Amino acid sequence: MKGRLGRAIVLALPWSWMALFFVVPFLIVLTIAFAEPSEGLPPYTPLLRWSEEGGPVIQLNLANFRLFLEDPFYLEAGLRSLRVAAISATLCLLIGYPMALAIARAPERWRATLLMLVILPFWTSFLLRITAWIGILQDQGWLNSALMALGVIREPLRLLYTDFALYIGITYCYLPFMVLPLYATLSKLDPALLEAAEDLGARPWRAFLQVTLPLSMPGVVAGFLLVFIPVVGEFVIPELLGGPGAQLIGRVLWTEFFQNRDWPLASALAVVLLMILVAPIALFQARAAREGR
Amino acid sequence: MIRRLAVMAAVLVSACLAPVAQAQQPQQVVNVFNWNDYIDPYMVQRFVRETGIRVRYDIYDSLETLEGRMSAGRTGYDIVVPTSEPTFSRLARAGAFRPLDRSLIPNLANIDPALQQQVASSDPENRFGALYLYGTIGLGINVDRVRALAPDAPMDSLRLMLDPANARRLQRCGIVMMDSASDVIPMVLRYLGKDPNSTSPEDLRDVERTLMTIRPFIRAFSSGGVIEALAGGQFCMAFAYSGDVIQAAARAEEANRGVNIQYIAPREGAQLWFDLLAIPADAPNPAAAHAFINFLLQPDVMANITNHVRYPNGVPASRPLVAPEVANDPSVFPTEEMRARFFTIGAVPQAAERARNRVWARFKAGR
Repeated sequence: MKGRLGRAIVLALPWSWMALFFVVPFLIVLTIAFAEPSEGLPPYTPLLRWSEEGGPVIQLNLANFRLFLEDPFYLEAGLRSLRVAAISATLCLLIGYPMALAIARAPERWRATLLMLVILPFWTSFLLRITAWIGILQDQGWLNSALMALGVIREPLRLLYTDFALYIGITYCYLPFMVLPLYATLSKLDPALLEAAEDLGARPWRAFLQVTLPLSMPGVVAGFLLVFIPVVGEFVIPELLGGPGAQLIGRVLWTEFFQNRDWPLASALAVVLLMILVAPIALFQARAAREGR
Repeated sequence: MIRRLAVMAAVLVSACLAPVAQAQQPQQVVNVFNWNDYIDPYMVQRFVRETGIRVRYDIYDSLETLEGRMSAGRTGYDIVVPTSEPTFSRLARAGAFRPLDRSLIPNLANIDPALQQQVASSDPENRFGALYLYGTIGLGINVDRVRALAPDAPMDSLRLMLDPANARRLQRCGIVMMDSASDVIPMVLRYLGKDPNSTSPEDLRDVERTLMTIRPFIRAFSSGGVIEALAGGQFCMAFAYSGDVIQAAARAEEANRGVNIQYIAPREGAQLWFDLLAIPADAPNPAAAHAFINFLLQPDVMANITNHVRYPNGVPASRPLVAPEVANDPSVFPTEEMRARFFTIGAVPQAAERARNRVWARFKAGR
């Protein structure tokens, strides 16, 4: 009996945290999503009104959600964002996996330092790092100057404000989110398994494909989601490095909120986006829970 | 409507000018929220010295930032500096401002009555706003490079950018477009000989068609960095705010690397905008806010500010005190003849605004 109470108290902490910082804000956004824009402060109508008889009346405005189905603009931006996120997460995986593996296989005394090097960029502001990329990629930037000095090119390459710059920026910024979960799973792999594979005649490449890779799948999926999900809503990097054609959903949301001052529509967009992103996480969690059993 | 620097410059540079003032019993504070690079910092120090009121100074780089915060309410600011259209007029209608108490701001009398009258189209009877600085929207060009690539193009017309024949030639040295539907679309309407406030779908389609013809030649849409990009020679033509171009010209001259920047207020007409000092309805210290506005509207203070930021002010008595190279620069203080071609815009309904922003999104995407 006592144990159960203690358990409840311990569990209450994360649950109330979730309620306070996830559920409550989400409900606020959700109520705004069903409101109508108005010229006032705040710029939307209240959901709950008092009718003339004195009773409460709740008016739900579904027009915002309908608009997403009718106007292809939102769907296109959403699909473009999903594509950018998928490509970025794949790039991070291709670069991050060898890094994580190298760190996990490195001598014990080196690991802490190597991990530190992965985390080190976080010590400077995210914005400064993006601004640094502008300095590297712009027409008179370091990269172009170096290539021209070496005689590789005559005219500066157009690198900034292109998809190329966009992917560089996103991959660079999100790489640690891929490396860390991968390292966590890879470092826990029992080296004896690889030795056994070797004893049974597997070449290193085959041992990797049949032993290391399948066993690291939880890390791969975690890293992929950790990159994929925030990149879908990424707003700053496309704005600073990407080309003007790259209208991602984050920018669309910003435009609705700030330029069209349509808070209800922006909120509805956020709700839909959340729903789309929650589905894969829920799937992943369910799978992980099944495997854990 | 984004002015200069990156979207988050406000976060990065959040200038905190708060010199310790001589401690008077209850220390008064005025919380100012202003555009970046939009005051002479020495004037803030002087205000603190003269009044003993401490200044907490915060900056924004886009009207959206300001309006987003004001719409949510309880900003904690005593002074904000929104642009007349669309932000100021919208917030004023929503009841976001406290009416100015004229008895506390005797220096309101210093403001040019003709300009006040123009401002009144956004702020009836000048109830909520005191004119701070104003300017126009036009083209900033790197004179030598534009001349070299398009020697026969008119140097005083929007055709320099909006005529695809010219834009095609100038794409090589870099064209940057201000990323602001509310600033560019009225200018294009005017260029096409239409009412800049028009919300008619046909007019909007014409605007889109015009913009699309030059879309392939635009290298970037700037939400900031126009000053650096022009002064550094990265771009040779920009659709930009007058003061930004003039600051770029000054910076290029200082750098002395042969970059010669010039501002063009197009002969087809240039959109005139006003930045107004206003007090939020829920300002914590309205008395200090009134004192701050009254301080700024002194002729010598305004002269210093104009010298520093290169935007004209609305206080004619400041003119003799402004440095001659600034006072005699027609792109800072336009001539009567130029002023006759300036136009102001009014508010458009939300549906029209979404239509404009949609045109803009298609223009940016190039589809």
